[in-house]
Amino acid sequence: MIFVTVGTDLPFDRMLRVIDQWAVENRRDDVFAQIGEGAWEPEHIPFRHFLQPPEFREKFEAADLIISHAGMGTILTALHAGKPILVMPKRASLGEHRNEHQLATARHMMELANVNVAFDERELRERLDQLDAINPPRPIGRSASPELLAALRGFIHHAALRP
Amino acid sequence: MSSYRPKLLAISSGGGHWIQLLRLRPAFDGCDVTYATVKEGYRTHLEPGTAFRVIPDSNRWSKIRLLRTAIAITSLMLRLRPDVVVTTGAAPGYFALRIGKWLGARVVWIDSIANAEELSLSGQKAGSFSDLWLTQWPHLARDSGPQCVGSVL
Repeated sequence: MIFVTVGTDLPFDRMLRVIDQWAVENRRDDVFAQIGEGAWEPEHIPFRHFLQPPEFREKFEAADLIISHAGMGTILTALHAGKPILVMPKRASLGEHRNEHQLATARHMMELANVNVAFDERELRERLDQLDAINPPRPIGRSASPELLAALRGFIHHAALRP
Repeated sequence: MSSYRPKLLAISSGGGHWIQLLRLRPAFDGCDVTYATVKEGYRTHLEPGTAFRVIPDSNRWSKIRLLRTAIAITSLMLRLRPDVVVTTGAAPGYFALRIGKWLGARVVWIDSIANAEELSLSGQKAGSFSDLWLTQWPHLARDSGPQCVGSVL
């Protein structure tokens, strides 16, 4: 099953249109999308505007591939679950997000963690046409790096020792 | 060896901010932790019985929402009186650090890993009063802060 998600802020019609078109042309019946409030409604794939966290987790766990905006929450969840993920950055210039940091996130996560990225609609369509070439991510543990945890612990408990 | 359990407020917005906050949980061992965020549904990410509060979401594009958030956080913190406040952003976390500081807490700002090329606006502002001011990207660390001591990965 392919789970598509756009996050909880703004919709991402640009990404959904490509996926909807690809799904009908390839007769895919295994795609499900969370499309966001106020979104354009796909014509060929089942969708919901919004999922509660437990429903989201259920869909996520059932998926073999995640296709999403370049939101850090979805990316981290996919990395932790070891799920292949393909992201497309939302662009502030197109009114899809408040700033352009999804571009930066996508670039850095591509390098750091083997996240697959399609920077535009054409690339997205190309990646969809070659799903076998989607790489699994570099897995991550359930917690932050030991260095960060140690720094926080040290800070917290130093405070406790004060009178 | 102190046996005092610090009271810690761990607070964030939704989405990636919350997922990153969850990854910091082992650092909160030995504390009495209250988690605060913007969606009731996130309660399911925590062990049953964990202290969990919902606060109204907001961002800098709505002054009215920001006010609601500020009021809710002030009320929460006056009741809780945390020793330490930790946030991964964004605006609600910023308020909590500001108010926490006034109430005598020690406060920590951890800029989201999503901000890979520059610090968030709230993150920049938080630097002037945070006791621990962190970025997750080494190339964003500066001598005058923020520091980079690892990431949520």
